[in-house]
Amino acid sequence: MLTKRIIPCLDIKNGRTVKGVNFENLRDAGDPVELASRYSREGADELVFLDITATKEKRKTLIGLVERIAAEIEIPFTVGGGIGSVEEMGDILRAGADKVSLNSAIVQNPDLIRHSSDRFGSQAVVAAIDARATGNSWEVYVKGGSEPTGLDAIEWARRVEMLGAGEILLTSMDRDGTKSGFDLELLQRTNTVTTIPIIASGGAGTIGHCIDAIRSGKADAVLAASIFHFREIEISELKSEMKKAGIPVRI
Amino acid sequence: MKIGILKYRSGNLASVANALKRLGAGYLVTDEAERLEHCDAVIFPGVGHAAPAMEDLRNLGLDQWLKMTDKPVLGICLGMQLLFESTPEGDCRTLGLLPGRLEKFKPNSIKVPHMGWNHLEQIKNHPLLNGLGEEDFFYFVHSYFAPVTEYTLAAGRYGDLFSAVVAKKNLMGVQFHPEKSSRSGRRLLSNFLDLAGSSEGN
Repeated sequence: MLTKRIIPCLDIKNGRTVKGVNFENLRDAGDPVELASRYSREGADELVFLDITATKEKRKTLIGLVERIAAEIEIPFTVGGGIGSVEEMGDILRAGADKVSLNSAIVQNPDLIRHSSDRFGSQAVVAAIDARATGNSWEVYVKGGSEPTGLDAIEWARRVEMLGAGEILLTSMDRDGTKSGFDLELLQRTNTVTTIPIIASGGAGTIGHCIDAIRSGKADAVLAASIFHFREIEISELKSEMKKAGIPVRI
Repeated sequence: MKIGILKYRSGNLASVANALKRLGAGYLVTDEAERLEHCDAVIFPGVGHAAPAMEDLRNLGLDQWLKMTDKPVLGICLGMQLLFESTPEGDCRTLGLLPGRLEKFKPNSIKVPHMGWNHLEQIKNHPLLNGLGEEDFFYFVHSYFAPVTEYTLAAGRYGDLFSAVVAKKNLMGVQFHPEKSSRSGRRLLSNFLDLAGSSEGN
């Protein structure tokens, strides 16, 4: 049976892992390759690396890092953060990443999804959607959550699938960093309009939250950062609790 | 021993090369049939669409090489799929080295692509699967699947039952990505290297 995936997310700045709460009080947390190896050994199913470097040289540093990760890690990984063209995607995939996540660039230019999935296959294209609740709906935000777009998140999810995305990384901005649980309604509503896998993100605080995202939110994978970084939850413990709850997992 | 990694437009070459490096195996990446002849075994990777992949193989003459060779060949993902006869993906004729036509998963009760870790069922004995069983998980990403036939060594289940591992004489194929499947994938690749080593000099 296809198992549900646990995906630790690593924030990368200038080639180093950084940890912080809501991108504030960032502190150096070491070599991303070492942390990634640890997560892989502990049973992570996949990894996401989010590059938050703001300098002009960021791309070169990132490519070097992706090559080092690919040489070391035996599980699939996604790279995201400010990627804006088919050429940049090609560089990152050739360096050894399995998937690239696209966020602001596809809102500005939705055809980028089609062009990149035609070129690399839809399995390599993850559409990242940052959604914030407004009344009964959710609005898509870009540029690291700083800029509203006027797009309805559910409608946008439907559209990215039609354009050729292979997966959706769905982040609830309201829940992100709160550890109060995933936005289950956002997950459920998105699930009803799409047929591609959905990665739940934003709000993981307990093992119960992760189980809810899968059982009730119908998510295919759960992404979290701080609960793993700060070792609040061990991946092995999370998976064994998920298994006890009747969720298929890889152990 | 040297493993050839067959290079064409649809290959995920870096990942396969990295996996062989981790196993300490020598390899070369090439799109020339002549150089593949100097290898002990060949890995035939692949991601993306079937039709452009077949076109590329034909342009490079590699389709003919694959049909003629008696070296151990391991097709991975699309590489395995192309060993079959045809696919609805671009309604395309493929290599025809294994009987059967691919089908597409239907997204009624399941999500497409089949993406993530799954295990194997109905496993037959074969050196490629030494030490591997139903408790092993492998990483899959695919929207099309090959039917279960007499050449199926292990099936996968996702809605339908499909071929996850196939073998016919020297030709082998896996639907999943062993190079991304942690210790189970490492074991499978290591089994393939053993097979390549034992056929060396035959």
